[in-house]
Amino acid sequence: MIPPQFDYTRAGSAEEAIAALTQHGDEAKLLAGGHSLIPLLKLRLAQPSVLIDIGRVKDLSYVRTEGDEVAIGALTRHRDLERSDLLAGEVPLLAEAARHVGDPQVRNRGTIGGSLSHGDGASDLPAVVLALGGTLVAQGPGGRREIAAGDFFEGFLETALAPDELLVEVRVPKAPGGWSFQKFNRRAQDWAIVGVAAATVGDSVGVGLVNMASVPVRATAVEDALASGSSAEDAAALAAEGTEAPSDIHGSSEYRQHLARVLVARALGELA
Amino acid sequence: MKVEITINGIRTSHEVEPRTLLVHYIREVEGLTGTHVGCDTSNCGACTVHLDGEAVKSCTVLAAQADGSEVTTIEGLADGDEWHPVQQGFHECHGLQCGYCTPGMVMAAAALLEENADPTELEIRTNLEGNLCRCTGYQMIVDSVRWAADRSSQ
Ligand SMILES: Cc1cc2nc3c(=O)[nH]c(=O)nc-3n(C[C@H](O)[C@H](O)[C@H](O)COP(=O)(O)OP(=O)(O)OC[C@H]3O[C@@H](n4cnc5c(N)ncnc54)[C@H](O)[C@@H]3O)c2cc1C
Ligand code: FES
Ligand code: FES
Repeated sequence: MIPPQFDYTRAGSAEEAIAALTQHGDEAKLLAGGHSLIPLLKLRLAQPSVLIDIGRVKDLSYVRTEGDEVAIGALTRHRDLERSDLLAGEVPLLAEAARHVGDPQVRNRGTIGGSLSHGDGASDLPAVVLALGGTLVAQGPGGRREIAAGDFFEGFLETALAPDELLVEVRVPKAPGGWSFQKFNRRAQDWAIVGVAAATVGDSVGVGLVNMASVPVRATAVEDALASGSSAEDAAALAAEGTEAPSDIHGSSEYRQHLARVLVARALGELA
Repeated sequence: MKVEITINGIRTSHEVEPRTLLVHYIREVEGLTGTHVGCDTSNCGACTVHLDGEAVKSCTVLAAQADGSEVTTIEGLADGDEWHPVQQGFHECHGLQCGYCTPGMVMAAAALLEENADPTELEIRTNLEGNLCRCTGYQMIVDSVRWAADRSSQ
């Protein structure tokens, strides 16, 4: 399968990428690792007339501490997350979840910024950033702005990013304490049929769900129940509340709801 | 557009369409057909090559993204007449049947040993999760990689 025709341009910095986005408008798409976009191009599910390659904006590839948070550049690849000693110590949930994305070859190319900007409810890292209550930093022609992870995912493959904005950084609170990542799939390398990311952040517990809606979602009913003192068992029973679990060849919606309850119970068990 | 890619130590340069995939650049423009296309959907790993030293699926990388980079394919893995230990391992342990997945398996395994010279059986299996084989049942492939690790550590 060969992608449709497009023009290709390479941006050397965030500013160059934003200038190119401004110039080409809706016709253009950013290309980071390409491991979501190139498959879409091959299937003609996306047909941009210009690709702006940001893969070499190296100064957006980093993992560093900033106060109580860890800041991660949008171009940081899954492989670098998985190998980061800083993450392993301060945000082990993210390092572990990165290890579950696709396979080593996919992780050598795919980026955290691409994963989040793609906004796929089946992706692993959005659920992690939601569970942690992270912040996304977007940069556009007017400068930078911050978007809470909970406000970022708007619809099927749609995010709060404006067409001329670039996601430049992801910030998550340090959460070295209790955490758990549960990914249920049938074969190694596969996407999750259902996944659960859970972490203790300060005094509260955040829970993100993978593949329980067309967008990445939090298990708010579980979080609220825990916050008001419910037992882990009672809270986990609410895991499918408010979700719209898809139904496909890998499982029915009911099966996913069941998995969500089981996996959230396991995750909360690991937090304790 | 013009791209320059060093493949197996030889500098290549061609005028290509921006949509040209790296695997097509390797196979069709350069005529190096050792790199296979199995699924074309980034699942099977048959197209695995090393891009600046890392294993990637060349059906999901644009030639334009590899511009200025170094690529190693199965044809460039041996050191002159001396096979790479992973190639020797596949030969010794019968790590292939039809051979379709083999170039990708060998490239993925070589990248693993580069990073972890003494992997456990589980580590070998986990690190080859992006490579599918319809023939061998994987056991002989795992044996081949272990053989290579043992040989390299001698
Ligand atoms: C075989 C295979 C298996 C996979 N398995 C999994 C899995 O198990 N779990 C999982 O979570 N993911 C999986 N993925 C997806 C993988 O994680 C992708 O790498 C990731 O979703 C996209 O990152 P990317 O850098 O490749 O983005 P790209 O494909 O380059 O871009 C994706 C989208 O985001 C936009 N974009 C990229 N970067 C930015 C930015 N900085 N600012 C604004 N917009 C941007 C692009 O324009 C595009 O629309 C798999 C992919 C493959 C090919
Ligand atoms: S041909 Fe590239 S992964 Fe199958
Ligand atoms: S040897 Fe036939 S596919 Fe692996």
